[in-house]
Amino acid sequence: MATPQNKLAFDGGWDYDPAPESTDHIKLQKRYELFIGGEFVAPGKGRYFDSINPANEKKLARVADADEADVDRAVQAARKAYKGVWSRLPAKERGKYIFRIARIMQERAREFAAIESLDGGKPIRESRDVDVPLAAAHFFYYAGWADKLEYAFPGRRARPLGVAGQVIPWNFPLLMAAWKIAPALACGNTVVLKPAETTPLTALKLAEVIADAGLPPGVVNIVTGAGKTGAALVTHPDIDKVAFTGSTNVGRIIQRALAGTGKRYTLELGGKAANVIFEDAAIDQAVEGIVNGIFFNQGHVCCAGSRLLVQESVADEVIEKLKSRMETLIVGDPMDKNTDIGAINSAMQLEKIESYLKIGADEGGEMHQSSARLPSKGYWCAPTIFTNVAQSNRVVQEEIFGPVLAIQTFRTFDEALTKANNTPYGLSGGVWTDKGAKIFKMTQGLRAGVIWANTFNKFDPTSPFGGYKESGVGREGGLHGLDAYVRLGAE
Amino acid sequence: MSVHAVAKSLPLPDLARVPTVDEVGVDERVARFQTRSIKTASKLEALKLVLSMIDLTTLEGQDTPGKVRQLCQKAIHLHDSFPGLPHVAAVCVYPSMVEVAKRALQGTDINIASVATAFPSGMSSRAVKLDDTRMAVAAGANEIDMVISRGKFLAGDYRYVFDEIVAVKEACGGAHLKVILETGELGTLDRVRRASVLAMHAGADFIKTSTGKIQPAATMQVTLVMLLAIRDYYVETGRMVGMKPAGGISTAKLAIHYLVMLRETLGNAWMSPEWFRFGASSLANDVLMQIMKQTSGYYQSADYFSKD
Repeated sequence: MATPQNKLAFDGGWDYDPAPESTDHIKLQKRYELFIGGEFVAPGKGRYFDSINPANEKKLARVADADEADVDRAVQAARKAYKGVWSRLPAKERGKYIFRIARIMQERAREFAAIESLDGGKPIRESRDVDVPLAAAHFFYYAGWADKLEYAFPGRRARPLGVAGQVIPWNFPLLMAAWKIAPALACGNTVVLKPAETTPLTALKLAEVIADAGLPPGVVNIVTGAGKTGAALVTHPDIDKVAFTGSTNVGRIIQRALAGTGKRYTLELGGKAANVIFEDAAIDQAVEGIVNGIFFNQGHVCCAGSRLLVQESVADEVIEKLKSRMETLIVGDPMDKNTDIGAINSAMQLEKIESYLKIGADEGGEMHQSSARLPSKGYWCAPTIFTNVAQSNRVVQEEIFGPVLAIQTFRTFDEALTKANNTPYGLSGGVWTDKGAKIFKMTQGLRAGVIWANTFNKFDPTSPFGGYKESGVGREGGLHGLDAYVRLGAE
Repeated sequence: MSVHAVAKSLPLPDLARVPTVDEVGVDERVARFQTRSIKTASKLEALKLVLSMIDLTTLEGQDTPGKVRQLCQKAIHLHDSFPGLPHVAAVCVYPSMVEVAKRALQGTDINIASVATAFPSGMSSRAVKLDDTRMAVAAGANEIDMVISRGKFLAGDYRYVFDEIVAVKEACGGAHLKVILETGELGTLDRVRRASVLAMHAGADFIKTSTGKIQPAATMQVTLVMLLAIRDYYVETGRMVGMKPAGGISTAKLAIHYLVMLRETLGNAWMSPEWFRFGASSLANDVLMQIMKQTSGYYQSADYFSKD
C-alpha cells in the first residue's frame, strides 16, 4: 500500500462523556497493619509508608513497613500453622477453604477492581474484566486440585514443602497474589506474601477475605514493605520455598542468596517478547494484537509484546494502521470505564520509561507518540512506537516495562526467527499468519515459555506460564504450577 | 455498444491483495466497542444522531399505499411532543411504492430509498434488474438499494458481480447507490471483505449488509469488516463510501455500540447521515423511548409512541 495521504481524523465531533466507576462502595482504612497469624498487627518499629494513587498523586492509605523481626514473626506464624494445622488437614478441607476465598473474591469483585485501579493506575476496564476475574479463577482452579494431587502425580506421593516466601510485583498485584497463594495452599503449604510497596492495598484486602473465609491463623501471612522486607523474607532460614515475580536483577540476587541452601525456588522475571507479523496475517486483527500486546496495562507486563517484527512487504501498512489505531486509545483517569491506558505505576517507573525514550531517540530511533492529551497531575506516558531501530539498539534489547514498542522489519522466515530469539529473555512471543504450518514452524523455533498464535496476552489458570533464559526458572499455572509446591516421593 | 461491454472495460480490483480476516480477532474487537460506556450528554447526542441516520423501512409483500403514507408521516414527525428531534434520513420502500412515498414526503428533505434489482434474492436477468432500477428512479427514488448476485459471487464469478454493479450504478443516474452484500449468505468474513472491495471499486456510494430477509442480518462483526474495507479504500483512493447495516438493530443501546464502532474505525467524518445509515423499522421507537427517559428520568410505556 502506498503511503496514504488520506488520513482519518478521530478528534472533534461526538465524544464520550466521563463515565467514572463509583468508589462509594469501597472501604479503605486510613492505615493498614501487617497480617500475621490471622490478625492485623502493628509493625514492631511502628514505621509506615504511604501508598499513593499514581493518577493524581494523592495518598490512599498508610501501610505498615515490616522489618526483619516482623518478617520473622510472620514466618514463625506460618511454620506453626503448617505444623499444627494445615499439613494435617484432609486435602478436601483445604480445598473448601480455597473455594471459599474464590467465592468471596467474586462477591467483592467490584471493590477489588476499584481498589486495584486506584492503587496501581490500571484502567478499571482491565481490573474489572481481567485482573479480578482471573485472580478468582486461579483460586477456583487450584481449589479443585487440592484433593486430587494423586491424579496430578500418578504413582507418586506429593507432600507439601512447608513455608513458602512469596514476593510479588506491582503490575498485577491481586492476580500475582492469587498465582502465588492458590497453588501453595492447595498443595498444603503455608505462606508469607510480600506485595510490592507501590501496590499493597488489594493484597491487604485479600487478607480481609482470607480472615473472612475463616482460614486457620497463620496459613496466609501478608507483610508489606519495600525491597528490604522482601530480602528479609527470601533469605529467612526457615523458608522452604521462594516464589518471586519481578525484575531479572532482583531475581539474580535471590538466586545467588539461595545457592546451596537447598531451598526450592521459582523465578518469573523480565521479558522482551517479539510479536512476529507475516505478510499473510489478518492485518487488521494483527494490529489489534500489537495494541493488546504492548499497551495492555500501560506495557507493565513482563510478557508484553514489546518488540514488533513485521514482514517488509506489509510493514508500511501495519505501521500506518497502528499509528491510526493509537489515536483512538483513550489515555487518562484509570477509574473511567472508557479509559484504555491508565497511569504509569510510580514516579520511579515513569522516570525509567522516559529515560528509555531519550535513549531511543539519541540512538537514532524514530519516535512516534499518539496525540493523546495527558492529565497534568499524576504519572503518564502516551503510547509510543520506535521505528528505524535495530537489534543493537537498547530499546530493542532491554525491558522498558512501559507503553513503548520497538518496530523492526524482516524479509525471510529465518531472519524473523533469528531476531526473535536474539535476546537474553524468553518469556513470551506472538506469531501472526494465516498459515497453520508457519505457526508450528515458528513456535517450535522460538525459545520462549508462552507463545500466542494470532492473539496475544491470553491467560488462563490451566495454562503454565514461565520463561527461558533470563526470563526465569520454573512454571506457574496449570498442572506445572503444582509441581513447584510439592516434594514428590514414593507412595 | 451494450452496457455490459462498457462495464467490461473497467478493471477488477486485485482481490488477492484484500487482507484476510480473523474471526476471533473481530469478535474481540467488537466486544471492546461494547464495553464503551456512553453517558449523559454524549448519550443524548448519540441518540439524536441515530434517529437522523435511520432509513425507516417497510418491505413487505402486504405493504399498502396507506401503510407507506403512515410511515412517511412518522419519518417527518417522529415524536412531536418532544421538540427539537431530527427527522430520519430516508424512507425505504419497494419500487411500486416510491410514488406514494414521494407524494407523502413532498416539501421535506427526507430521501426516498427504493430497493431494486429483483430484491431480495436478485435472481433475475440483468435486463430486468436494470429496468427495475430505472423504474424506481423514474418514480422518484433518489437512493437505490441493490442486491448483489450472491450465487455468482459464491461461484467465484467476480467479473459478473462487478459488471452488474457498474451497470446498475449507471442506471441509477443521479441517485445514490447502496450495494447490499447480503452477508448472511456469504458465510465468511473473508468473503464479506472481498465483496465490499468489489462493490466499492464498482462504484457503490454505500455498502449495506443485508436485505433483512435472511438471518443473520446485520451484526457488529460484519459491519466492522465492512468499515475496515471502507477505511482501506478511502486511504487508497481518497473516496469516502458510506455504510448501512440493516436488519436486526432494534435497540438504542446496540445502535450506540455501532456509533462507537464507526467513530473508532472511520473517525468523525463518517458520523452523519450522509455516510452512515441504519436500515431499521422498530429502532426509532426504542431510541425515542430512551431520549424521553434521558430527559424525564422515567421510562414511558410503549403505547405512548406511534407504531407505524
